Amino acid sequence: MSLRTIWRKAVNIVMLSLTGLCALIAVSALFLILGCLAWKGATSLHWSFFTQLPAPVGEVGGGIAHAIVGTGKLLLLAALIGIPVGLLGAVYLAEFASSTSAFFIRYATDLLNGVPSIVIGIFAYTVIVIPMHHFSALAGGFALGIMMVPIILRSCEEFLRNVPRALREGSMALGASKWRTIARVVIPAASSGILTAILLSLARVAGETAPLIFTAFGNQFWPHGLNQPTAALPVVIYNYALSPYDDWHRQAWAAGLVLILLVVVTNVLTRLLLQRQAMGRR
Amino acid sequence: MERHFEKDLDELKERLLWMGSLAERAVHQAIHAVLDGDEKLAHAVLDEEGAINDLQVEIDDRVMQLLALFQLMAMDLRFVLAVSRINNDLERIGDQAVNIAQSAQRIVRHPRVKPYVDLPRMSELAEEMVRDALNAVVRKDVELAKDVLVRDDQVDSLRDQIFRELLSYMMENSAVVFPAFELILVAKNLERIGDHATNIAEDVIYMVAGNDVRHSAPDRR
Amino acid sequence: MKLVTASPGTTKESGPDLAMRMLVSDLNFYYGKTQALFNINLKIATNQVTALIGPSGCGKSTLLRTLNRMHETLSFTRLTGEILLDGEDILKQDVTRLRRRVGMLFQRPNPFPKSIYDNVAYGPRINGHKGSLADVVEHSLRRAALWEEVKDRLNRSAYGLSGGQQQRLCIARALAVDPEVLLLDEPCSALDPISTAKIEELLIQLKENCTIVIVTHNMQQAARVSDSTAFMLTGELVEFSPTPHLFTTPTDPRTEAYITGRFG
Repeated sequence: MSLRTIWRKAVNIVMLSLTGLCALIAVSALFLILGCLAWKGATSLHWSFFTQLPAPVGEVGGGIAHAIVGTGKLLLLAALIGIPVGLLGAVYLAEFASSTSAFFIRYATDLLNGVPSIVIGIFAYTVIVIPMHHFSALAGGFALGIMMVPIILRSCEEFLRNVPRALREGSMALGASKWRTIARVVIPAASSGILTAILLSLARVAGETAPLIFTAFGNQFWPHGLNQPTAALPVVIYNYALSPYDDWHRQAWAAGLVLILLVVVTNVLTRLLLQRQAMGRR
Repeated sequence: MERHFEKDLDELKERLLWMGSLAERAVHQAIHAVLDGDEKLAHAVLDEEGAINDLQVEIDDRVMQLLALFQLMAMDLRFVLAVSRINNDLERIGDQAVNIAQSAQRIVRHPRVKPYVDLPRMSELAEEMVRDALNAVVRKDVELAKDVLVRDDQVDSLRDQIFRELLSYMMENSAVVFPAFELILVAKNLERIGDHATNIAEDVIYMVAGNDVRHSAPDRR
Repeated sequence: MKLVTASPGTTKESGPDLAMRMLVSDLNFYYGKTQALFNINLKIATNQVTALIGPSGCGKSTLLRTLNRMHETLSFTRLTGEILLDGEDILKQDVTRLRRRVGMLFQRPNPFPKSIYDNVAYGPRINGHKGSLADVVEHSLRRAALWEEVKDRLNRSAYGLSGGQQQRLCIARALAVDPEVLLLDEPCSALDPISTAKIEELLIQLKENCTIVIVTHNMQQAARVSDSTAFMLTGELVEFSPTPHLFTTPTDPRTEAYITGRFG
């Protein structure tokens, strides 16, 4: 074998190993995180963890039930803001916008997507918390909702655009108005995609901590109504992790595990949904 | 699955068979005009000629449209092409009948040359050939068609016989030349009718079996 | 189809004097600044099949789409002239009402991602149908010669059907609103020969109570199925005659060049 051939082979092997190693690192990162959380937090996962309120400071035990409910409440509020605005905005972009206005709307949305979450938190603080004179779930939901809008809008727009023009034409040729066509044919046709977008955006904002610090603030007790400071999983993790108590550290790990399981399950669900939609097409 | 042009194919066949029946009748009437000396029959044949010719034009028109519009294949295509050829043979048969009728009109002015013996036999044969050829079309009967082909020789030999006999009559008695000559023409026309019937039979064989047996020797058919 | 057994010398114009379901007069059509149709005059006879043939880009689909104003779903289209349906100008009518009377079928079957039942029921539902929907669905599926094949699986997705069946489903869906006119834009071009034959036979049956206009790039199909044929070339209507005439003795040499395949 000539020197050239040897050199080429060597380069091949090196590059293969290098790229393989990087891919491995990427995958391992996920598993390391999961593994770490599981190891540190799994022992704390028992029924009381999910159903009890936090114990008084310093005492061992208690749970994060309030945070789970709080996160649920916040996500619900966020969804009430994010889904209508995102979906209907996507409908406007996909069905009605001219190319210039579409360009501006998309650009603005992408910019909003890029705004740091803490800045959104400050914004919500200024707009809602200050006038109301206290932290609240409303403010938290508002902040999270704003963060959901660009995600939902852009992905729903894609899904709506992917609905074949032929379906719209078929509906209009039967005497349906444009809006009827959208409501009865286009949106149902894109329904799996829209649901996916919603679930993914919920999973994404469920883990946001920074905006909640300024808005929902956190609470050791059950969240009542919308006007009180509310606990949330990421905030709990933040607070407990920085505390001096070992028991709270343990609970922070467990809460982190719960949060990441939530995200993983959501992702798997959406993948299944998309798969089912693809099969339905055939 | 039935295709909508099958109706048109059926109609085409009907029109052809109708033309065939007109031609058959023309031959029958013409020959009896000769044998019975019936001028009225001769007249009837001449009146019917227009109908047969119109049918030829109509059938050709239909054939052209069927071929242009329906991309006919296999059996349908052979059928339509066969119809086109049979159409022409039937029109020629009609012409021969007209010729016979015209001869009848001229013969009737003279006394009978001789008792008709061979002529009725020949005409019967020719008529049967035409009838059977058309039946073969209707029933798509290859065996019947082949049978028609065989009979042509008999018709030919009868014609030769009639020629010889009438020739000798003419040589013996110059007064009978006119009617005898017309009778020879009649025999010739009958022989031609037999030939056309043979053509029709060959077309049937082509239509059904796809074999083109024109110009083949009888034993190879 | 009735063969025209006229002797040579008959008029080669637009056929005998039948009732006219639709009438196109002096139609000019523009995509933005480009003119696509030039002075089209066309009579569409009631309960007959009229075919539009011509090479790609000749404007036959464009013309078809003006007949139920589907061109309005695109921006920058404009037309001048008149299109009458039973004597009324369709350009002045409510467009959704028009499209219930003039239905359309497209090149590729486009059933909705719903069940077979819901596909056929879509039209009647949005038009506020009173009475039994199930009856309308069955009746339409029978008219489209699809009932026997799907009667046991009306609730299954329409996507489970074969291409030919899907196209017949689209026909049933269009028939469910009982249109007077059915426009077909190359309905068989995505189908195999057997499915094509089935749909052609279906059209022959449907024309008894429905006026049909079909655009096809397959002129043999036009020859088989239509009563009158219009030949178009670069936006103009070159010739319009009864089908047997056009395909045996066309008047215009351009028509002859096209149908004998010597075109271009």
